[in-house]
Amino acid sequence: MSLDTVTNAQNNPDASQPWAELGLKEDEYARIKNILGRRPTSSELAMYSVMWSEHCSYKSSKVHLKQFGEKAPKSDALLVGIGENAGVVDIGQNYAVTFKIESHNHPSFVEPYQGAATGVGGIVRDILTMGARPIAVMDPLRFGLADAEDTRRVLPGIIAGVGGYGNCLGLPNIGGEVVFDETYAGNPLVNALCVGVMKHEDIKLAKAHGAGNLVVLFGAKTGGDGIGGVSVLASETFNAAKPTKRPSVQVGDPFAEKVLIECCLEIFHADLVVGIQDLGGAGLSCATSELASAGSGGMEIELEKVPLRDPSLSPEEILMSESQERMCAIVEPKHIKQFMAICKKWDVTATVIGEVTEGERLHISFNGELIVDVPPRTVAHDGPVYNRPIAKPAYVEERAKAVINIPMPTSAEDVKAAILKLIASPNIADKSWVTSQYDKYVQGNSVLAQPEDSGMIRIDEKTNLGVAISTDANARWSYLDPYEGAKLALAESMRNIATTGAKPLAVTNCLNFGSPEDPGVMWQFAETVRGLADACLELGLPVTGGNVSFYNQTGSVAILPTPVIGVLGVIQDVRKRTPMGINKSGSDLWLIGDVDSNMSGSEWAYLHGEIGNLSPKSDLAKEARLVDLLLEGQEIFEAAHDVSNGGLAATLVETVLKNKIGASVTLSDVAVALFSETPGRVLVAIDPNHTNEMVALAGKYQIAVNKIGTTGGDKLMINDTKLSITELSKAHTETFPKLFG
Amino acid sequence: MSFRIGVVTFPGSLDDRDAARAVEIAGATAVPLFHASDDLKEVEAVVLPGGFSYGDYLRCGAIARFAPIMNSIVTAAEHGFPVLGICNGFQVLCESHLLPGALTRNQGLHFLCRDQKLKIENTETMWTNGFTQGQEIVIPLKNGEGSFQCDDETLEMLESEGRVIARYVDFDPNGSRNLIAGISNERGNVVGLMPHPEHAIESLTGPSEDGLIFFKSILHQMVGR
Repeated sequence: MSLDTVTNAQNNPDASQPWAELGLKEDEYARIKNILGRRPTSSELAMYSVMWSEHCSYKSSKVHLKQFGEKAPKSDALLVGIGENAGVVDIGQNYAVTFKIESHNHPSFVEPYQGAATGVGGIVRDILTMGARPIAVMDPLRFGLADAEDTRRVLPGIIAGVGGYGNCLGLPNIGGEVVFDETYAGNPLVNALCVGVMKHEDIKLAKAHGAGNLVVLFGAKTGGDGIGGVSVLASETFNAAKPTKRPSVQVGDPFAEKVLIECCLEIFHADLVVGIQDLGGAGLSCATSELASAGSGGMEIELEKVPLRDPSLSPEEILMSESQERMCAIVEPKHIKQFMAICKKWDVTATVIGEVTEGERLHISFNGELIVDVPPRTVAHDGPVYNRPIAKPAYVEERAKAVINIPMPTSAEDVKAAILKLIASPNIADKSWVTSQYDKYVQGNSVLAQPEDSGMIRIDEKTNLGVAISTDANARWSYLDPYEGAKLALAESMRNIATTGAKPLAVTNCLNFGSPEDPGVMWQFAETVRGLADACLELGLPVTGGNVSFYNQTGSVAILPTPVIGVLGVIQDVRKRTPMGINKSGSDLWLIGDVDSNMSGSEWAYLHGEIGNLSPKSDLAKEARLVDLLLEGQEIFEAAHDVSNGGLAATLVETVLKNKIGASVTLSDVAVALFSETPGRVLVAIDPNHTNEMVALAGKYQIAVNKIGTTGGDKLMINDTKLSITELSKAHTETFPKLFG
Repeated sequence: MSFRIGVVTFPGSLDDRDAARAVEIAGATAVPLFHASDDLKEVEAVVLPGGFSYGDYLRCGAIARFAPIMNSIVTAAEHGFPVLGICNGFQVLCESHLLPGALTRNQGLHFLCRDQKLKIENTETMWTNGFTQGQEIVIPLKNGEGSFQCDDETLEMLESEGRVIARYVDFDPNGSRNLIAGISNERGNVVGLMPHPEHAIESLTGPSEDGLIFFKSILHQMVGR
């Protein structure tokens, strides 16, 4: 095929172009022609199509996401906000922390191992790009029913992919979620979080400044993998009738990324870059247009200089390739020799492919012929913006009126059977089968990891400053009421941070939804964003960034709205963290917070095929007081564990099984007390000598506290129900090995 | 001047900084050594850390064996220079023929990270003299290819010469022959261990502080020589 140059585009204005196949709508194509004053070249068309895809342009979500800016609470902690590769937060002692979650849902369904692996690889590069050393990862995951055939294909591959890539990078995996629901069949969610740390002065931005500065592509060579991955895969609903899209999934090489990390950190340390951007979705199209538009605008690229794995790639394919483990840096000519020497030390291929220029156009040539001549901003930022139709789905009112009928056990025997059933259910069962495939120890700073309430990493070995990270979502509450669901997810994530003794500081999110072209899904999305923005404002927690994943839908069935909310907290002395497990006998167990009888969205209801009617209502003022109570009471808490999924029953069992120390508790209205998932509650263990302090804390923060029992023995006693640690352990741990081998 | 213990970084090494931390906490000076140089920088012992050297491509440790630094280490080790290989380092030692046998894919076929109980079988080596015979310890195990395999003669030799330095207890994590977790060479200066002592040096971040004894053993050995 001959090269479609800019001259050619001018001379053949009416040539037919495959804009529809590339995922563009007719009016979008017309808009490109309008911007350029001519038809785009095939290379330009490739760039616009990937950059204007849903995944890259946020065209359906943008009008809603701006609330995070409009409603942003005043915060001194935010050093870099939304819009960069990842937000950066000040945690004191001149340290800055950056963290972000991204989805890699669609590729992980098509090719579980590589999809999940490159999901981890992508988010790690986002963190690295900010100038930070990546220090931990987490993986909130969602699957179809645990015993479904496809889950047995998808889950082991995804777990192995997350582990295979993260382990090989030397990043501890300190937490995540594994949740099953039938709506995720065909649409598994692979969200990956990475956190990194740097000194304030080391923050790097994706900007191409200074005419004459060099554009350097370094890392892996460019191949044919992932071409069209963004536009074709992430922005289109799966449809069984269409041909397989396997070739669009990227293939990861964690070793290449590991040396790239070390290489970048050494380059950063020597202060050799003006700006830097990783190559992820939309590859070079994204990196060049974003770097240029964030700077002065001018850039010239000689595309034939890009080192190729497959020499037959066309310029369009080079621009669209999503080959992994690549970075693009802007380097002053005086530093290029040293830059190249560091790359050579790490055996990283590095090539000067162009330079920053005066003017405001991005010029890309191929063997001397101009094939792209665009204002970069129009590619990177001026994509279409849609005000998609929104309509509250009929199910919401129907559910609200529904009468639910769930068995509530009362006799000792029934309570015992119910607890054993609950803790063996896939959503509550022990996840060691998953987490034992992840290295949680590497780097030697993991203070807490799954199944603790939050993951915690020591940042400074001398001062013991640390950070805690938690991710949470309760998609069933979001389904019943997406506004409340988002608030409750944030509240839970924040509570998990405080339960371990850290102070919540900032928020990230990964919003997973069905098709934005469905007005009902769009309503769920709009309500979620509104809820999260309102909650962040009320709680004074800034949103530092996030990710939206639409089209998680098979046919007309969308996934449950799943806003995964990540909260970052800071702890001054990690040695004082509060673990979840009972660690001595003779302590008192106190339940902080009140219970009510609303079973909607609970695991117990789900086990009986019920989702319920009305979601619980959040009380954020009270949640904020609870955080203060937990932080002030940290000194007296020997153990603390959040009450959430699976209710107090799950909390008690997990608290007992952690160190195999029993407990004895007395509960009134036992079924509600055990299985209701009323938010805003935490179970703590304290020495009986601290009773007065506990009561005083409750008074000061106006939160109900109840002493419910004591620790010790070799069983969990609930009123007259006896459960030996052995039988609890068996029920809790057998599920995953039985299901997945 | 305190003792200098080198920690080698290959491309893909992961636990190098952790090994250095363990060396420092034990009271020695950690000296970074880079794979591409054959300069041992006057260190008196070397740790080959865990990780995925060269991506573990071809075979774990197979490429690292040819690194310039390994030439120096192999020559020195043959003359009694102390070397501890942890996890990937153990694999490199086997590939370098400083230790017999090979580490193969875990029996369960999954990467496995767990707090593993071990029994110390030999307290005569340079790296285990701080333990008591039969002492049980708990340190992290984390690998995908940790199943120690060798032929019957080699196994017989290792057992009869007391060169099995540690064995898995209570749980067989990977199908190693005779539950072998670590072995030494004939002189006891070269030790390979699959689990990670460098991740059990502080109770804050590990399951115990048992791992520190490996690093204190070498210091004791060097002071007492």
